[in-house]
Amino acid sequence: MKSLPEITNQVKKNLIWKSIFRRDYRNTVRDRAQAVFGNVFLHLHPVQVRESAVKLRFTWGMGGITFFAYLLLIITGVVLMFYYHPSIDQAYTDIKDLEFQVPFGVILRNLHRWGAHFMVIVVMIHMFRVFMTGSYKAPRQFNWGVGVILLVLTFLLSFTGYLTPWDQLGFWAITVGTNMGAATPLLGYQGPFSEFLHITPFNDVRFALLGGALVGGNALLRSYIWHCIAIPLVATILMFVHFWRVRKDGGISKPQK
Amino acid sequence: MNPFIEIITQPDNIAIVIMIFMVSFFMVWAFQQAFHNDRLLAAGLPVDGENDKFVDTFKPLVRIELIIALVVMVGLTIWSIAVDAPLEEIANPTLTPNPAKAPWYFLGLQELLVYFDPWLAGVVLPSLIVVGLIAIPYIDINPKGNGYYTFAERKWSIIIFSFGFFVLWLLLIVIGVFFRGPGWLWYWPWQEWDHARVVFEPFRDLSSVVGIDSRSLAGFILGAVVTGAYMIGGMVWPYMYWKKNNPEFLTQLGMVRYITTVFLFITMMSIPIKMVLRLVFLIKYVWITPWFSI
Repeated sequence: MKSLPEITNQVKKNLIWKSIFRRDYRNTVRDRAQAVFGNVFLHLHPVQVRESAVKLRFTWGMGGITFFAYLLLIITGVVLMFYYHPSIDQAYTDIKDLEFQVPFGVILRNLHRWGAHFMVIVVMIHMFRVFMTGSYKAPRQFNWGVGVILLVLTFLLSFTGYLTPWDQLGFWAITVGTNMGAATPLLGYQGPFSEFLHITPFNDVRFALLGGALVGGNALLRSYIWHCIAIPLVATILMFVHFWRVRKDGGISKPQK
Repeated sequence: MNPFIEIITQPDNIAIVIMIFMVSFFMVWAFQQAFHNDRLLAAGLPVDGENDKFVDTFKPLVRIELIIALVVMVGLTIWSIAVDAPLEEIANPTLTPNPAKAPWYFLGLQELLVYFDPWLAGVVLPSLIVVGLIAIPYIDINPKGNGYYTFAERKWSIIIFSFGFFVLWLLLIVIGVFFRGPGWLWYWPWQEWDHARVVFEPFRDLSSVVGIDSRSLAGFILGAVVTGAYMIGGMVWPYMYWKKNNPEFLTQLGMVRYITTVFLFITMMSIPIKMVLRLVFLIKYVWITPWFSI
């Protein structure tokens, strides 16, 4: 019988193990740094951070929590997509199936829904924190702007997801919401000055949003694609920019006097 | 059941209850740290974090990130086990619910529909909110309070932002969720929702208060004068004020920044003004034109 350290040692000498984990971790300065920049996920961080970044009271961890919620929503969202057809004949029954047929379907949908509400809440608190610490000031002005766009995208992600169950709640929320589009000045058929551009219910902003003059099958497909592909694509790219700029602008903001 | 309990325990509204608690908690925490730093600043001492040392990312930061992720995951899992996401009847275009409410984070905007026409409440004001938020770093020229909590060093920016954030945004959401019933009428927590309720409020326009038909030429001119006086007066008066009391600030601000700042500010303040006009004086429109009404 071999002892556990011996087995561990042997595994660590194995060619496959060595190809995955380049080196052993010994608790030295060099290895602690290597653990961060040698790892694709952790290298988002600098090798060293200021103490405030580690304490909760300065950042409240809100930006990170928002990102975590986003990852959770992507994972639960992808699994939900396996069970869902974006058509008005099937969408509603697919959600019912989640409830009665799919193993853990209820908790899957609950996690996605409550995770979405949670993300909206924490992203708002994140913005409040960044304002209160004056972290939007030079040199971080641009990154604040990116953050505002990401806030709007978070709202739009949640809003487009509202229609997907094709129930009364989503249907009428989207009806109320897109009716606002009809009121756009110049480009909505009920908006001021739209008659000068010959705008009708069939060529205005609302028509473009819904793919029709009423909330129907096209609207469901459009909101599905915005929700699952188009907005996440843009949001993900902007998040890269956001995180990158946090680093390039000097990391978590520190008192500048 | 009491209608308020019913509303507050609706699955989707639990999120708003959570939001109220979280936002209140962090508001207190932020201001507490701000006042703490203000005392340090007044005593000439370094603020929190000013003399920070560097620590390794691995493991102190990675560890706390993992702990937070686990806590959030456990919390969301408990929430998901305890409360089921709502699923109403299948969509039915012929059956309009009353009230038809937007998702909760847009209810502040839906509440604005009481006071403004849709093109303003649903399109122009939201766009200006986004533009205004992005503009904040460029119009706030106060170099102090960068990277730490403080109130004393940036009083006005914090007061104005907090008014927009807590009152015009979150409070309007709370009103929209908890105090609006059928017909978007106001319901107190102890009142039953009454679908047959009709409220007759003698809404009038500003010019009809002084006895001029708001749709006549005279009413049009009066409305234009009042609206114009608000916008132009709002743009000019702060300029005169600062010119007299703090010309240096005005020079530092510059014309472009001045116009942007004051325009955004008076647009924002038009919301509470319009609310008071509507709720206290029962005035619907200030200015009616053939194309739009304000």
